[in-house]
Amino acid sequence: MAAEVQVFDAVLVVLLLWLGWRALASADLFKAVVQFIVFGLLLSLAWVRLGAPDVALAEAAIGAGLAGALLLDTLARLGRSGAADEARPLGLTPARTGIALAALGLAALLVASALALPERWPGLAEPALQQLRASGVSNPVTATLLNYRAWDTLLEVGVLMLAVLGVWILEAEPALPRPAPDPMLGLLLRVLLPLTVIVAGYLLWVGAHAPGGAFQGAALLAAGGVLWHLARPLSLGPSPVVRAVVVLGFAVFLAVGVATAVLGGGLLTFPPEHAGAIILVIEAAAMLSIALIMVALFVGRERAPSDAGIPDSAADASAVPGAPNPGAAP
Amino acid sequence: MSLALLYGLAGIALVAMGLYAALAARHVLRRLLGLNVLGSGVFMMLVALASRTTGIATRPDPVPHAMVLTGIVVAVSATALGLALLRRMHAHDGSPRLPEDRDAGSP
Repeated sequence: MAAEVQVFDAVLVVLLLWLGWRALASADLFKAVVQFIVFGLLLSLAWVRLGAPDVALAEAAIGAGLAGALLLDTLARLGRSGAADEARPLGLTPARTGIALAALGLAALLVASALALPERWPGLAEPALQQLRASGVSNPVTATLLNYRAWDTLLEVGVLMLAVLGVWILEAEPALPRPAPDPMLGLLLRVLLPLTVIVAGYLLWVGAHAPGGAFQGAALLAAGGVLWHLARPLSLGPSPVVRAVVVLGFAVFLAVGVATAVLGGGLLTFPPEHAGAIILVIEAAAMLSIALIMVALFVGRERAPSDAGIPDSAADASAVPGAPNPGAAP
Repeated sequence: MSLALLYGLAGIALVAMGLYAALAARHVLRRLLGLNVLGSGVFMMLVALASRTTGIATRPDPVPHAMVLTGIVVAVSATALGLALLRRMHAHDGSPRLPEDRDAGSP
């Protein structure tokens, strides 16, 4: 990573700030969301420039891809009247002047503290790299996530589970009118879905010693799942199978934590000789859960004619006359 | 100006923008966009600060990277829940604004 500021960085920062502002201030919410998606994609370039390829992978798949799909889906459901906003949604009014001043004041405080920080700082890089041999993996980000600070990651998987429970608690929504079946989308799905699974498995495995890991793999799987839902609507309501997979990651993680607390050195303290295998097991379970949770967050609870489980083949859906979407013809 | 400072200041600008939009906007979707930009600004500050290890360690500090990774996943799930609540409110009240932001004659 080059530490020198290049023209590229200046252009990227200006573009990010402009797109970030347009994503907030565009009167048309559709434009705002599209600008937010582009903002997310450019943000992953910034992560690469700052030497954080793990974050860049997650940002490109989650921040730009999945968040964008969620926002566009909600816009479509709000309809034309629900998506309408003021002509100058963030224009300064007397009531907003106080908010603007507060935001500027916070920014000034943050700038002052950022300028007061030393230009070079060892941070926790040294201890994180020194303990790497005992962590079971050689990618320090994976070691931090799944070993040094496994407690954070356990709670994160818990938060994800709570989010999907929150969505399921809400009343089921009527299914959106589906567009006409698109043979290209079906074809794309047939090619992309197996590739998605392979690349997600690769990311999970390679995360032990290179950028990648459970979150990036899960994000990719979730993107595949969303594409699947768009081509052939899934029904991912709280059926027993779906519930089991949603809980799987948290349950395995917690079981490992309890086992290490009872048998070993303490909650989530992995014995160095088994740490690699333990991390892989946790990551595999977490990847499946996180991917399904993200697809379930996107699908939500639709009032579908057939609300029983996951339709595992599009043939079922297309065989039902009057189904909301006959699915893409294979 | 170092790379860390440039991106750190950009992150601060994003935090200010996002905070203003989250508080000033009336449409809930725009508020959620504001929260997301605010979050992106915080992530950018963290990753920028992590890159200050140049010349000391062989790579940037991995701990803030792991925190940002966690943050991205939590942010998207919180956004999804927020959007689901927004759709529920819109289906119930017919308005995408919070009750105190609704005035007569506007959506």
